[in-house]
Amino acid sequence: MAKQYETVIGLEVHVELSTKTKIFCGCAATFGEEPNTHTCPVCTGMPGALPVLNKKVVEYAMKLGIAANCQINRYSRFDRKNYFYPDNPQNYQISQLYLPICHDGWLDIETASGNKKIRIHEMHMEEDAGKLIHDEWEDCSLVDYNRSGVPLIEIVSEPDMRTAEEVIAYLEKLKMICQYLGVSDCKLQEGSMRADVNLSVREVGSETMGTRTEMKNLNSFKAITHAIEGERARQIELLEEGRQVIQETRRWDDNKESSYSMRSKEDAKDYRYFPDPDLMPVVISEGWIEDIKKQQPEFAPEKAKRFQQEYGLPQYDASILTQSRRMADIFEETAGLCGQPKKVSNWMMGETMRILKEKGMDPEELSFTPSHLADLILALERKEINQQGAKQVFEQIMENDVEPISYMKEKGLMMVSDDGAISRAVEEVMAENPETVEDYRGGKEKVLGFLVGQVMKKMKGKADPGKVNALLREKL
Amino acid sequence: MEEILHMSALELGKSIREGKISVSEAAESCLEQIRRKEPDISAFLFVDEDGLKQRVKEVEEGIRQGRYTSPLAGVPVAVKDNICTRGMKTTCASRMLENFVPQYDAEAVKRLEEAGMIIVGKTNMDEFAMGSTSETSYFQTTKNPWNTKHVPGGSSGGSCAAVSAGEVWMALGSDTGGSIRQPASYCGVTGLKPTYGRVSRYGLIAYASSLDQIGPIGGNVKDCAAFYDVIAGKDEKDASSSPVPVETAVWKEKEDLTGVRIGIPREYLGEGTDPQVKQAIEKAAALMEEHGAFVEWFSLKMTEYVIPAYYIIACAEASSNLERFDGVKYGYRSADVQELHEMYKKSRQEGFGEEVKRRILLGSFVLSSGYYDAYYLKALKTKALIKHELDMAFQKYDCILAPASPSAAPELGTSLKDPLKMYLSDIDTVAVNLAGLPAICLPCGMDSQGLPIGMQLIGDCFQEKKILETAAVYEKLRGSFPVSWKEEM
Amino acid sequence: MSRKIDDATMDNVEILAKLALSDEERERAREEMEKILSYVEKINELDTDRTEPLVHILESGNVFREDEVTNGSGKEESLANAPRKKDGQYMVPKTV
Repeated sequence: MAKQYETVIGLEVHVELSTKTKIFCGCAATFGEEPNTHTCPVCTGMPGALPVLNKKVVEYAMKLGIAANCQINRYSRFDRKNYFYPDNPQNYQISQLYLPICHDGWLDIETASGNKKIRIHEMHMEEDAGKLIHDEWEDCSLVDYNRSGVPLIEIVSEPDMRTAEEVIAYLEKLKMICQYLGVSDCKLQEGSMRADVNLSVREVGSETMGTRTEMKNLNSFKAITHAIEGERARQIELLEEGRQVIQETRRWDDNKESSYSMRSKEDAKDYRYFPDPDLMPVVISEGWIEDIKKQQPEFAPEKAKRFQQEYGLPQYDASILTQSRRMADIFEETAGLCGQPKKVSNWMMGETMRILKEKGMDPEELSFTPSHLADLILALERKEINQQGAKQVFEQIMENDVEPISYMKEKGLMMVSDDGAISRAVEEVMAENPETVEDYRGGKEKVLGFLVGQVMKKMKGKADPGKVNALLREKL
Repeated sequence: MEEILHMSALELGKSIREGKISVSEAAESCLEQIRRKEPDISAFLFVDEDGLKQRVKEVEEGIRQGRYTSPLAGVPVAVKDNICTRGMKTTCASRMLENFVPQYDAEAVKRLEEAGMIIVGKTNMDEFAMGSTSETSYFQTTKNPWNTKHVPGGSSGGSCAAVSAGEVWMALGSDTGGSIRQPASYCGVTGLKPTYGRVSRYGLIAYASSLDQIGPIGGNVKDCAAFYDVIAGKDEKDASSSPVPVETAVWKEKEDLTGVRIGIPREYLGEGTDPQVKQAIEKAAALMEEHGAFVEWFSLKMTEYVIPAYYIIACAEASSNLERFDGVKYGYRSADVQELHEMYKKSRQEGFGEEVKRRILLGSFVLSSGYYDAYYLKALKTKALIKHELDMAFQKYDCILAPASPSAAPELGTSLKDPLKMYLSDIDTVAVNLAGLPAICLPCGMDSQGLPIGMQLIGDCFQEKKILETAAVYEKLRGSFPVSWKEEM
Repeated sequence: MSRKIDDATMDNVEILAKLALSDEERERAREEMEKILSYVEKINELDTDRTEPLVHILESGNVFREDEVTNGSGKEESLANAPRKKDGQYMVPKTV
């Protein structure tokens, strides 16, 4: 019988912080600008320039550490990680090795096979590198340091994951926490969340770890899933052939859907970490930790519970709505404005999710004004618009954040509430269909539906079918 | 003109403020002396004659308008070439930075300019401040103004030689393991290495970040104190700069040394020390004792470990600090390189001199996997012991009196042949850097060859005022020290 | 006597230091390094079991800056000394 293998996975996740400035200088940490505009002597590694730590970065690291049940080091320090590469202007990265800011935490994840605790080995602060692009014309590379020095938190897990599903669940959880804290937007595609996968295989039942490889450049959950499957297969094949897995870093090629070794002769992998003499230690008092704890937001599980209690939402609704802080906030504000929590929930879970999915957007990107949805729901309630019209208006709210009432008026979507107009339409229809009217009066009640339809048609759908129905019956 | 050159910097500043001497007269006499002395001394890598005219006008106006009120406003100074000057080449005396023009000023430069001082030019040094003779400069060899067959010391050899030769009243130097004090001693001038964190390192091209410190060099103690006042103090751009308020160096002049406790460490005057140096120090001690000081010999047993700890730490930091010189953003790039790592290796190979490469290799080795604990970590622990021993000493003494070098200036060309021997000659100066202490070096004698001998007064952290006061009293007791260039006039 | 710095170690150090030493230079550097290392090993005489490594001389911790943008575009200055540049970027031999 073939041997059974178990995959052992640990993750190193880099999260780019949404601070205004870089970690060690006053350059803006925003993107999409012309190359090298957000640069200064510090983040381009000019001789004599010195780093000064952004306090916000420490606070964000503490927030994330506390949220992930970590211990906070009362005394933490920065170390230099030395390696030559052009995206790294000093040729050393300022990071934390010996005394990272947070250690020994965990996150609970939920997968189809149940709940699981994934331990976190440590979290540390460090600086991001610049960007390299290949210039085909000159066959060279070009360096842009706009991203150099943007703050990162690296979250190192223990090798506690066994499947791609667990990995995705862990990343989703981490992402959700970061978004709740507002420390990062965590977009894999845009690189504000990056996951390096450490993977090894071993025979089921074995206690010892196999040799692991590290996989880099994974830009989507799909890539992560494929890379895990591919690397598992590659390692098993090597072992089955009686060969060895080499401890190395491999780079994932999204186009080829395969990885390749990044080893080179010049890549000594000896980073010579040592304490950075330019930066003073970070000393964290109990009081500071307490302050941060007080500022921690209500996270998804508590919020979901509260939504059930406070708004009477079903458990399912509450858990979906709280997957994103943005979504939960919009729900809560809208519900407060219109007083119809279940209706708001239905809009959020139905139309909102549908449109997000259609556009490939993250719930965190929701940007409409809650009062607009509230007004729409109230208009529906007042029967000023029908369901179909409301959906049309909501699409516009999602797209352009339109004010629903004026939009409805402008586009002629308002229902006719004037009884006189409906009466006139009823009378017209009755006059135009004398035979059907007779059929009804003769006991064929089924034909009422046809007459209602004719009236609605005359009203161009802008009448309440209930009212039409009642008026028809009255006149018949 | 000559009269101006013989003034102290403070006297010159006063005369300028009183309108007796114009800023342009001061600058012109300085340039004239440079023209006269440079062919023999080669202290300067660059003299900014053109920029100077503009700056002189600006400062004259600034003084008139009351914008510059410093006692040193209008005084020309030189700056060591590892301190960044905006728009003015800053080379570290290395081929690597031969054409590097910083786009920013070092904080110390900014402060001296805000005080209305005038930068005349940039001075020669050991390449990246690595050396004890200024002979590792890629560009030129600076000579000792007292005897041009001898070295000026290093690494701030250019700054000290320039002051010694009367080319300039004051200069900025930097001191990582004695680089202000040892050349000050060899050149017969006065130099102050402030407490670590006292002067911003922003814009000082780092050699060993935990040890580097910028300091003033001048003709006497008071000039140095006034210059120190200009550049010292907290800088937001340097996280290692201290928030402890600067005690102004303007003090009430003391007549004697009553109540001052001075310790002389035996180990600093042991076997390896030239007997003439020992005599000079003893003579200075006797003079101070005569005038009220309590003088006592004591022991610093850690002294034999200071060189090992220093070189491990300094080289380790240097190997990392100098990684940024890679041919990408600035500096030398080897021509015709095809491959990335080839570019790194060739650019650095051709851009750095032998001593710099040796220290980078050593530093890379002591930090490398398998050696970190045995060398680097052990050196940091040794540093802790050295610091502790000195802390203990300062419970007993206000100042430690020691030589700045075991001998007077050696002859040119004799030091680089044996690097270890050269390293060992730093024995008197490196403990101060490891412990972050302030120390002043001032002349206290002459050897039989007519070369100056200097003495250090070392203080506890942030006790600059104490050592400056003590040094000033000694200086007065000693009487005026000869000037290297006087007889030629 | 086996050397303190064997060939493999010397190769590694050269890679870490990113230097392309000539054979002659390499040998001289190795000899000097061995001499210096033998000397600095003197610190092994010290008992440091109960000594904490001293990284920072000054006690001050928590030196921060506030998260406020203080720098404008630094493009011109950043590229002013670049040995080779193109389209506002530093040009280097290709990295992939």
